[in-house]
Amino acid sequence: MDEAGTVRALLKLTNISKAYAGIQALRGVSFDLKAGEVHALVGENGAGKSTLIKTITGAVVPDEGTIEVDGQLIDENNPSTARNLRIRAIYQQPALFPDLTVTENIALGLEPEGSWRRVRWGRRRAQARALLDRIGAEIDPETEVRRLTMPEQQLVEIARALGADSRILIMDEPTASLSEKEVDNLFRVIRELRSEGVGIIYISHRLEELPKVADRVTALRDGTLVGTQPMGSVNRSDLIRMMVGREISAVFPKRQVAQGDTRFEVRGMTSKAEGVHDVSFSVRSGEILGLAGLIGAGRTELARTLFGLSPIDAGEILLDGKPIRIANPGEAVSHGIAYVPEDRRRHGVILDMSVADNSTLAVLKSISNRGWLNFGKEAALAASFVERLGVKTASIAAPAGSLSGGNQQKVALARWLATEPSVLILDEPTQGIDVGAKAEIHRLMCDLAERGLAIIMISSELPEILGMSDRIAVMHAGQVVGLVDRTSATQENLLAMALGHTPEELAQSAGVGP
Amino acid sequence: MSRPGSGWNRHLREWSVALAYLVLLVLLAFLAPAFYKPDYLRGLLVSKSTVLIAAVGMTLVIVARQIDISVGSQFSVCGVIAGLLAQSGLPMPLVALGTVLAGSLMGACNGVLVALLGLPSIVVTLATMAIFRETLRWWREGEFVFGLPANFQWFGLGQQTGQWAIVAVAGVVFCVAAWSLRNLAGGRAVYAVGSDQEAARLAGLKPQAVVFAIFVGMGAMVGLASLLNAVQFGVVDPNSGVGLELQVIAAAVVGGTAISGGRGTLIGTLIGVALLGTIGPALVFLGFEPQWEKAVQGLIILAAVASDAVGGRKR
Repeated sequence: MDEAGTVRALLKLTNISKAYAGIQALRGVSFDLKAGEVHALVGENGAGKSTLIKTITGAVVPDEGTIEVDGQLIDENNPSTARNLRIRAIYQQPALFPDLTVTENIALGLEPEGSWRRVRWGRRRAQARALLDRIGAEIDPETEVRRLTMPEQQLVEIARALGADSRILIMDEPTASLSEKEVDNLFRVIRELRSEGVGIIYISHRLEELPKVADRVTALRDGTLVGTQPMGSVNRSDLIRMMVGREISAVFPKRQVAQGDTRFEVRGMTSKAEGVHDVSFSVRSGEILGLAGLIGAGRTELARTLFGLSPIDAGEILLDGKPIRIANPGEAVSHGIAYVPEDRRRHGVILDMSVADNSTLAVLKSISNRGWLNFGKEAALAASFVERLGVKTASIAAPAGSLSGGNQQKVALARWLATEPSVLILDEPTQGIDVGAKAEIHRLMCDLAERGLAIIMISSELPEILGMSDRIAVMHAGQVVGLVDRTSATQENLLAMALGHTPEELAQSAGVGP
Repeated sequence: MSRPGSGWNRHLREWSVALAYLVLLVLLAFLAPAFYKPDYLRGLLVSKSTVLIAAVGMTLVIVARQIDISVGSQFSVCGVIAGLLAQSGLPMPLVALGTVLAGSLMGACNGVLVALLGLPSIVVTLATMAIFRETLRWWREGEFVFGLPANFQWFGLGQQTGQWAIVAVAGVVFCVAAWSLRNLAGGRAVYAVGSDQEAARLAGLKPQAVVFAIFVGMGAMVGLASLLNAVQFGVVDPNSGVGLELQVIAAAVVGGTAISGGRGTLIGTLIGVALLGTIGPALVFLGFEPQWEKAVQGLIILAAVASDAVGGRKR
């Protein structure tokens, strides 16, 4: 405390901005954390939470803005500076070394003793044991981490961060995979740490837990600060209102298309391997079905199952009313189902191969005669797609790697349109591409719907979902928790469902308060 | 055109290795014209023909992002089998067929382990290299195969005709393979699988089938190469394949095949075989001690890999 009697900020970020390849991830965000405070950070996928966290841990250097710790300006933050300032982060995906034991992993997080000092394993083991006990984790410190389950790894990650004796502790969705008892233990530890004067930044999509641990809450949206409030003064629906309302910067070229019969239907489908449970929905010809949900809700997993990449344990898939079997991607393609995967740089296009080779890769059979490639046919097909989709490329022989992101995505799309599908699954079709290319892809989706394709679009951007879909299926924890019509969908009710709340619950909490 | 690796830039490696080879040939023409004796050149051509055939198979294996270091052992086994089949009085076409089949079978063993069980090819073929070699040793106890029929050596065609026959077979195999890799849907699949197996799977291709077929093909090529090698001698040496894997992997890499898969051409491999095959004799003709051969070959390989790394960084 300083003379004025207020708690001085332990960490102070002022006007932080950061852009990645032209996309503004943070815009003049200010944020502060007091010693002995739990400060919750909320926002949709892509709101800028991770980038903010990374500027604090030194993983990302902001373009503008300053970082102060204890009133001291940090000139060049980098991971080792942050570590020396005793800033630690627990990431959503545990970043542990799978082949080392729990003790070894925890020891790596402790204060280093110098490369040439002998490691006292006996002491390290005892420390690991004590840290695990503190959070009530029943894990043998001598187990190799890869043998642990996901929640167990999460607990080890937490123990490691505790052991580091941090002053600023960042927890990114620490409870995502924990059981109720483990969550209670974690909250107890968080309260202990708070009383010891540790500042904690707590990120969670489980809005109902925030009042239990947090003192203040800050909401981000589209990389900008929406506001910081004392936790006691906001309820769940306030929070959701703060999170949504992302600017709809682009006007969506949505066209009303006459819809045909039900083209594709899924009934009670379960895939244990992908963690998808009892999913049912249908898409009509000419319809765009938006698939909304948070990251990890099982949308990509659902798509992978529909495309035959994972076995179906229960339920059925119907195409034009007839049950079909899809055991591998080849069968999916032969039924006229196409899947343009997320992360095109990895699996959507092959960067080494030319535009033409990429666009014909799924239809090698139809451009060849008994295995002999017909280059004339290939060139004609590729050229027609380059023209139709407006792919900007020097030639169809140019490697796909030389194209911009948006044009790569069009090539990925061309590959699948070449199969003349009747059902098209698009996984984050406009992720990471510029606004112009985005609009072109959206226009193309409308054209395709007009031609009678049934389109399933996975997207993490609610404006895109709202702007492009005729109906919206919302997923949460591997299940479809709601199906909403275009006209009755709002950012608020979609996000509430994606967070696992029912609309009734929400109405209640808005009425009664937290 | 839309063939894999088209465009002048993408053939930079092939051009530069070809240029290096040309420089070597010109140097020899001025400094050691004795190199250009027809008999000598023909002998060199014949001995590198067998390497070329194996290198063709290896190029496919590496383009598909695999490796096969058991080819030397396969080669030794196939040579002995060719000799024994001939010794037993089978007609030559059947001897040839049997030898190629034996190679394919060994390739299939690797293929099953790598493609179906998903084991890493470097470990699998390291193991099968030892297994094939030791099985041969246990079976034959290092014995040469003697008493071969008259129609075995040079296919009974006499030395000169036989030599040209070997070169012709290698030429045909090379041309067919190079043409197929560019013009068959299967060839395209090899590049796709080597570039990004998951992307290839998502595109509806069958990566496992492709990888299996490539290992079988590798075995068949080794069988053929071994047969063409065996017929050059009056007896079959059970150690004929020792060191072959290094020669063929080196030729492919020097010729521009990326060890990380997805890139490479057979033309490049041809030039690689030529350069590495000529450099040794060339050194001798230019007056260096023969023991420099391996060191210079090593330098060439390093230079090739280093140019990849530097070129890769630029992009």
